[in-house]
Amino acid sequence: MRVTVIDYKAGNLTSVLKALRHLGAEPVVTDSDLSLIERAERIVLPGVGHFAATERLDRTGMTGAIREAVKRGVPFLGICVGMQWLLEGSEEAPKQPGLGHFIGRCKRFPSGREKVPHVGWSSIETNIVGPTLFRGLKRIEYVYFTHSFYVPYATMIREADGDLQVVDAAQAEYIVPFAAAVEWGNVFGVQFHPEKSGDAGLAVLRNFLTWEGPQC
Amino acid sequence: MLTRRIIACLDVHGGRVVKGVQFVDLVDAGDPAALAARHAREGADEIVLLDITATHEGRQTLLDTVRRTARELFVPFTVGGGIKSAEEAAQVFEAGADKISVNSAALKDPSLISEIGKSFGAQAVVVAIDARRDPEAKDPVRDAQVFVQGGRKPAGRRVVEWAREAEERGAGEILLTSMDSDGTRAGFDCELTAAVSGAVNIPVIASGGAGTVAHFADVFGRGKADAALAASIFHFGVSSARLLKEELVAAGVPVRLPC
Repeated sequence: MRVTVIDYKAGNLTSVLKALRHLGAEPVVTDSDLSLIERAERIVLPGVGHFAATERLDRTGMTGAIREAVKRGVPFLGICVGMQWLLEGSEEAPKQPGLGHFIGRCKRFPSGREKVPHVGWSSIETNIVGPTLFRGLKRIEYVYFTHSFYVPYATMIREADGDLQVVDAAQAEYIVPFAAAVEWGNVFGVQFHPEKSGDAGLAVLRNFLTWEGPQC
Repeated sequence: MLTRRIIACLDVHGGRVVKGVQFVDLVDAGDPAALAARHAREGADEIVLLDITATHEGRQTLLDTVRRTARELFVPFTVGGGIKSAEEAAQVFEAGADKISVNSAALKDPSLISEIGKSFGAQAVVVAIDARRDPEAKDPVRDAQVFVQGGRKPAGRRVVEWAREAEERGAGEILLTSMDSDGTRAGFDCELTAAVSGAVNIPVIASGGAGTVAHFADVFGRGKADAALAASIFHFGVSSARLLKEELVAAGVPVRLPC
């Protein structure tokens, strides 16, 4: 399966590509070629680095292409900053808009009590309704995080009819509770690094790669 | 909940893992790729590979080793030893490292820290510090002397002030080795680790002196370490990270288990 991996020049893609290949996918990387997004079977937006780097997505027209692909139902996975970008923005770069697919803004962990950034393996608790990303996994898993900004707990989407729905698929706590993963329809996001989270992380990626759309 | 990390360290020389006390009497301990995979399988939260020869001729061998080791490794992977420039760091990242560690080169030119961080993110830059307590100093612990060149030469810096500068310049983590404890298996230097960990807002990885489970519990408690690194106790099947973690849980230390 072809997976379009978006490169917005904010860090190293090697680990994500390696994990996707390990799972049998064929990743293709684009840093500007919109046709690779228009023809994408699945899209992964990785990210380690600064939220401001997502400006490249706007400048190259990739933001619009991703928005269209998401509308067409192409499965999309945002990792770390890639998940944060699904919201309207982030305190990290207040002038840089996100995709705005989900409501709200990313915040910085309050300083004082614990070290910021949050680095290491933390436990996450998956949502009781059985999210796609965590199929076959336990309610509590350990995954690897490295971030200073987070997607708030109980992040929501506004549906076409105006209804609000919570999109958290898993939650974690570091200083404050936050969303460790989100999913709604064909749009998925993980704050942790599945490519660095051992067997649990590979299972999350596999669940994304094998998702076939909503089951009735 | 955030857990304390157990990091397995592989000292590599000419493409092979070696073990010796303070870099002498090296014994072959195996293939880096196979050992890294085994440690990850046995519960290590992270793998650090240190090139202890770090010669110019050895660069290509190191990159091959990194590539082979990274191929089937899905936990964080740090590579250090002799990285002198952002270009060399980029090669190591391309070969599959998630983080690089810099030591002597960062002391010589501290702007290297921010330069690497700019391209690869702060989380990818580990500043390694080798320190020895200075009995002559007013505060022998906070003012422990920093050494370069594998501990052979004083760098003219003090451990706490250098760790703070590294953080300001954009280091993502500090890998702190106590030269007094290294190779002794008599326990980590908890005072030294606590002094540095309390002075910075980034994770501190304690290194040097691991010998027993109690040593790890101690450095996570009294030493305020975010992670602890060990090499020798994991080689030759002496102790696996999983066994270590099971005992740490019993001692009340939060770790990733089952793993």
